[in-house]
Amino acid sequence: MIKFLLMVNKQGQTRLSKYYEQVDIEKRPSLETDVVKRCLSRKKEECSFVEYKDFRLVYRQYAALFIVVGISDTENELSIYELVHNFVEVLDKYFSRVVSSIMFNLDKVHIIIDEIIQNGHIVETNKNRILAPLLALDKMAEAH
Amino acid sequence: MSDVVEKTLSALPSLLSLDSQAGAGKLSPSSKLGNLIKGITELTSKHEEETLIKKELESIKEQVASPNTTMRQMKEIMVRAIYCEMLGYQASFSYIHAIKLAQQGSVLEKRVGYLAVSLFLNETDEFLLLLVNTVLKDLQSTNLIEVCMALTVVSQMFPKDMIPAILPVVEEKLTHPKEIIRRKAVLALYKFYLIAPNQVQHIHSKFRKALCDKDPGVMTASLHIYLQLIKENPESYKDLTGSMVTILRQVVGGKLPLDFNYHSVPAPWLQIQLLRILAYLGKEDQGTSEMMYDVLEESLRRAEMNHNITYAILFECVKTIYTVHPKSQLLEKAAECIGNFVLSPKINLKYLGLKALTYVVQQDANLALPHQMTIIECLDHSDVIIKRETLELLFRITNAQNVTVIVEKMLEFLRLTCDDYSTIDLVGKVAELTMNSVFSLGGDVMQPDIPNNFLRLLAEGVDNVEDRQLRLFAVDSYVSLLQGETAKLPQRFLQVISWVLGEYSYLREEESDPGSVMRLLARLLDQRHTSTETRSWVLGAMTKLCSSPVSVALARDVCERYLYSGSLNTVLRQKAQELMILSQDTKLRARVLPAEGRLESPEVDSSLSFLDGYVSDALAAGAAPYKSPHQRQEDLVQEKALSLEPYGLSLPVSLSSCSITDRRSPTLLSMSSGLSGNSTELSHQEGSTTLKLEGVKRVWGKDGYLAQQQSAGETPTPLVELPSPLLSPQSPPSQKPSSGLEPDQEKRQLASSLFVGLGSHNSVCLVRLPSTVWLFIKNCQSANQSNVVKSLFKPFYINSCQSKNHGSFVKVSGIFAARKSCQTDDSCCFPPQISCISGSPLKEVKGHSVSVCLHTVVMKRASVQVELAGLLSYQRPLGQPQAAQFSLSLSLKHFLRPLTVSTGDYGKMWLSFSHDLKQNLRLVTTEHQEPLTATLDALKGKLHLHVVDIIGSEGIVACRLLQGPGQGQPCLLHCRVHADSLAVWLRSPVPELPDSLLYHCQKALTET
Repeated sequence: MIKFLLMVNKQGQTRLSKYYEQVDIEKRPSLETDVVKRCLSRKKEECSFVEYKDFRLVYRQYAALFIVVGISDTENELSIYELVHNFVEVLDKYFSRVVSSIMFNLDKVHIIIDEIIQNGHIVETNKNRILAPLLALDKMAEAH
Repeated sequence: MSDVVEKTLSALPSLLSLDSQAGAGKLSPSSKLGNLIKGITELTSKHEEETLIKKELESIKEQVASPNTTMRQMKEIMVRAIYCEMLGYQASFSYIHAIKLAQQGSVLEKRVGYLAVSLFLNETDEFLLLLVNTVLKDLQSTNLIEVCMALTVVSQMFPKDMIPAILPVVEEKLTHPKEIIRRKAVLALYKFYLIAPNQVQHIHSKFRKALCDKDPGVMTASLHIYLQLIKENPESYKDLTGSMVTILRQVVGGKLPLDFNYHSVPAPWLQIQLLRILAYLGKEDQGTSEMMYDVLEESLRRAEMNHNITYAILFECVKTIYTVHPKSQLLEKAAECIGNFVLSPKINLKYLGLKALTYVVQQDANLALPHQMTIIECLDHSDVIIKRETLELLFRITNAQNVTVIVEKMLEFLRLTCDDYSTIDLVGKVAELTMNSVFSLGGDVMQPDIPNNFLRLLAEGVDNVEDRQLRLFAVDSYVSLLQGETAKLPQRFLQVISWVLGEYSYLREEESDPGSVMRLLARLLDQRHTSTETRSWVLGAMTKLCSSPVSVALARDVCERYLYSGSLNTVLRQKAQELMILSQDTKLRARVLPAEGRLESPEVDSSLSFLDGYVSDALAAGAAPYKSPHQRQEDLVQEKALSLEPYGLSLPVSLSSCSITDRRSPTLLSMSSGLSGNSTELSHQEGSTTLKLEGVKRVWGKDGYLAQQQSAGETPTPLVELPSPLLSPQSPPSQKPSSGLEPDQEKRQLASSLFVGLGSHNSVCLVRLPSTVWLFIKNCQSANQSNVVKSLFKPFYINSCQSKNHGSFVKVSGIFAARKSCQTDDSCCFPPQISCISGSPLKEVKGHSVSVCLHTVVMKRASVQVELAGLLSYQRPLGQPQAAQFSLSLSLKHFLRPLTVSTGDYGKMWLSFSHDLKQNLRLVTTEHQEPLTATLDALKGKLHLHVVDIIGSEGIVACRLLQGPGQGQPCLLHCRVHADSLAVWLRSPVPELPDSLLYHCQKALTET
C-alpha cells in the first residue's frame, strides 16, 4: 500500500506531494523535511530503500529531482521503485523537459498521478492509458 | 459532442505520436503561478517563505471573492492555492471555490476543480456533500471526459451516506462500451466497497463479470476488489483459483497487448497482484495450491531477464511459493532464486534477498545456512538499512543456542543507531528475545554482560516518551511475570527484574497501588529458591521503592526478619540495615536516592578520598595503617608467624589481582578500588551507616556501575579463562576476545555461533583447526551462484615451539593452497608487541599448488597474547583483485625460552631486577613426585622454563623472552611451598613480563 508520493528538488523543497493516508496539512512539512533528509543523506552505493517509522521509503533520483514514495511494510519495494520509473517515463512522454515542466504544471502532474495510483493502489501502468484522459482534456481545451 | 470526444479518445495513439509534447510550455513562467514558484525557489529561510505565502494567500483570497474572476482565472488561482497548501499553509477559504470550479468550469477547469477538491478535502469533510450533485450530473453527462473525471473523483473520495444516490449510475457504467469508463466504474465500486462494504453486496456478480471483461484493464481493476475480498475471506473465493491461474498464465505467456509491457516484461504489476491473490488462496490449502504449482514454476522460469522489475516479480513469486502448501521441488527452485538476490552485487537486490530470506526462514530456518557468509558480511555492511534487515533476519532464526550472539549483535547495532523508531522496534525485539529465550532458557549460564547490556540499554535512553514506554513495558511485563510462578525463573533474570522494578516502577505508580510491587518483591524474598545474590538485588530495589506508607511498613517487616532473625550473610544484613534506616528517614532517603537523580550519573570518587578524614582520625587514635591483602600476606610470610594462607586463597581473583596492581600506578589502583566498590573491602574500612550508603548510591548509579557490580557482586567469582584486564593491562587485544579478533576469523566464529542449531553441518562447513586457519573466499566473478566457494586458502600455522625448544625465533609460516592459479601477496600486520625479523611474501600460486611463506617474529613487549593479523590479496588471471583477512593468535608462551644460568648468577640478577610480583599458585600433586618438583616440571614442560635449582621446599626457575637476535629480557621465579600452595615471586627488569608470565603459569597449573 502506498502512503504518499513526494517530488522534491535537491534543496529539499517539495515540488509535489500526494497523500493516500490522512496527514494534517500542518504536519506535512515536518514529515516531508524528515523524509527528504533521510533520502538525501544516503550515498549512491546504498540501497534505495529506507526504513522510516513504521513504514518504508523508496526513493529514486533523476538529475536534480527526487521522487520518494512512502509504502507500507507489506509492499514490494522493488516494484514501487520501478513504478516510479514508469511514472517518470510517462512524464517524459508528455513533457519536453520534465524537471521544469512539473513545476509549472502541477495540476497536470497530479492528473497523471491520479491515473496511476488511487487509494494507495497501483491502478494503471499502461503508458498510453495513463495519458489518454489528459490528452483528451488538452485536445478539448484547444478546441475551446 | 459525445461523438467528437469518442473519436478523440479512439484516436489517442496517433495523437500521441504526432504531438507527444502537447502540454509542455503551456504556462508561461511569467504568470502568477510562475512568479509564485520562482519566488519559492529563491527562498532562503522558513521565515521568508511564511511572509511570501501569507502575501500570496491574501491575494488569492481577494481574487476568489471578486465577481469578475473568470473560471479560467479561477483554475490558475486553485493551482496556486494547491501550492500553498502543499507547503503547509491552510487555504480553507478556497475550498468552496474549488467545488464551484468543479461545478461550473469547462472540462479542463472542471478537472482542476475536482483535483483541488481531492487535494483539499478529506473523506469525512462535510464540504463533500456539496459535490454530490455535480458528480451526479457529470456521471450522466454525454461528454465521456466528464464521466471519466467524475468517476475518478468518486473513486478517490465520496461521502459514505450518499453512495446510494449515485450507485445505480455507476453500476450502469459497468456495461459501458468504452473500456476506460468500465475500468473507472470498477474502481469506483472498489472505493465503495472499502468505505461501505454493505452497499455493494448485491453486485458481486457484476464484479465477476468485470473479472472476465475482454479488456485487460477492466480485469486488472477488478483484481483490487478480489484481493481485498479474498484476503478477508479466502474460503468463499476458492472457485476463482482456476481463473486467476489462467489469467496469470496468459499474462506471463505474453498474451496481453504490447503496450502493457514495461521494459519488455508483460504487465509486471499485474503479475505481482495475481501472485498475491494466489498466495491468499493457496495458503494452508493443498488442493488449491496444487492448481497453481505449474503457473508458479512458469513464473519463476519466465522471469529470467536481468531487470529490476523481473526481480520484483521473482520476489513476489518466492513469497507466494513459501506461503502456499509446500511442494519441495518448487521450494528448492525458489530457494535457489533467493541466492541470485542475496549474491547480487546490486545493493537493492541484496536488500530484497535479505527480505525474502527473512520471509522464508520462518518456514524453514535451514534456508539461511547456504547464505551464512553473505549474511555475516551484510551484518557489517556500511549501509544501516542492510544491517537492520539482516538483524531482522537473525531475529527470525533465533534459537536457544544462538540467542546470545544475536542479542549481542542487536545491542551493538543499537549503540550505533540514533533513529528513535528503529531503536524502539529493536529494543522490543531484544526484550522479547531476552525475556522469552535467554533468561528462561540459559539464564544462569549465559555471560553476565548480556543482562547488563540490557539494563544499560534501558537506563541509557534519554527521558523521552518512547523510552518511558519501553521501560513501562518492561515493568508491566515483569510485574505480571512475578505474579505468576517464579520458581522456574533463573536467578539472573530475577535480578534483572528487581533492578528494573526498583528503577522504573514509579512510571506505573499512578495506576496501581504503590505497595503492589513491594509485595511482589517481598514474596520473592520469602521463597526458598531465591539465592542470596538475588535477595540482595531485591533488597536494593525495595530500598528505592519504599516511599509510601504501605511500602515502609512492608520494608520494616522484611528488615526485621533479616536483622533480628539471625541471617548470617553480611551483605544481606547490610542491605537490610540500609533499607531499614532509609525507610524510616524520608529526608535521608531523598538525599541518598533522589527521584530526579535517576537521570544523572553520579560521580564516583575512586580514590575513596571521602574516607580521608575517617582514616586520619583512626590513625591518630592508634589504628594500624591499612595494608593491602598482598602486603599482609607478605608480612606474614616474612614473620614466619602462624600460617594464615587460607585468607589468601579465599580471596576472589578480582581481589588478588588488586594486590598485583597496588604497587603499579595510581590509575590501576583506582580501578581496583572501583572494582571493590561493593565488596566487603569497603565495609572493612567503613564504620558508620551513612558511609556505607555512599557506597550503595554508587552502586545504583548508571555509569560503569553494572560491570563492576557483576564482578564484585558475584560472591564466588569463577576463575576466568581469559585474562582479566587487571592481570594483563599491556595486552589490549586479549582483553576483548571478540573484538580483538581479525574480521575474517571473527566472521567464521560468528557464523558458527549464529547458525548453530540450524540443520546438519553438511552445507558450508566451517572448520577451525588448532593452529591452522581455513579461509573460504567467495568468488564474485561470474553470475552463476553455485560458485560461492571456489578457492581454498589455508594460511599460517606456527612452528611448534615444543620441537624447537632452543630455537631463537618463532617462525610463523603461511601455507596457501589454490584451486586456480592466482597472484597473491600477503601483508601481515604486526601489533606493537611483535616485530618481524624476516619474512618472505608470496608471489604467485599456480592452480592446484601450494605455496609457503615464512615470517620470523619476536615479541618486543611481553603480553599475555597478541593477535597477528594479515591481509591476503590475490588476483585471478583476468580477475578483479580480491582480499581475504586472516588472523592468528600468538601466546606469550610461544616466545618464552629457557634461560640457563648458574645459581650464583641467578642470585646476582635477582638483586638487580626492580619489577616484582608475588602470587600464590596451585600445587600440582602426583603420586610419585614431590609436589614442588611436579609443579616445576609442569611449568617447565608447558612454558619452557629452566629450573635452575631445587633446595628443600624452594625452587628457582628462569626464562627469557624472545626479543630479537641475541636479545631477550629475563624473568626469574622464586617458588616456595607454603602449606597447600606455591608462593611464587617473579622478578624481571621489565614490568609487563612478570604479569603476563604469571597469567600463563596460573593457566598452565589450572589445566594440569
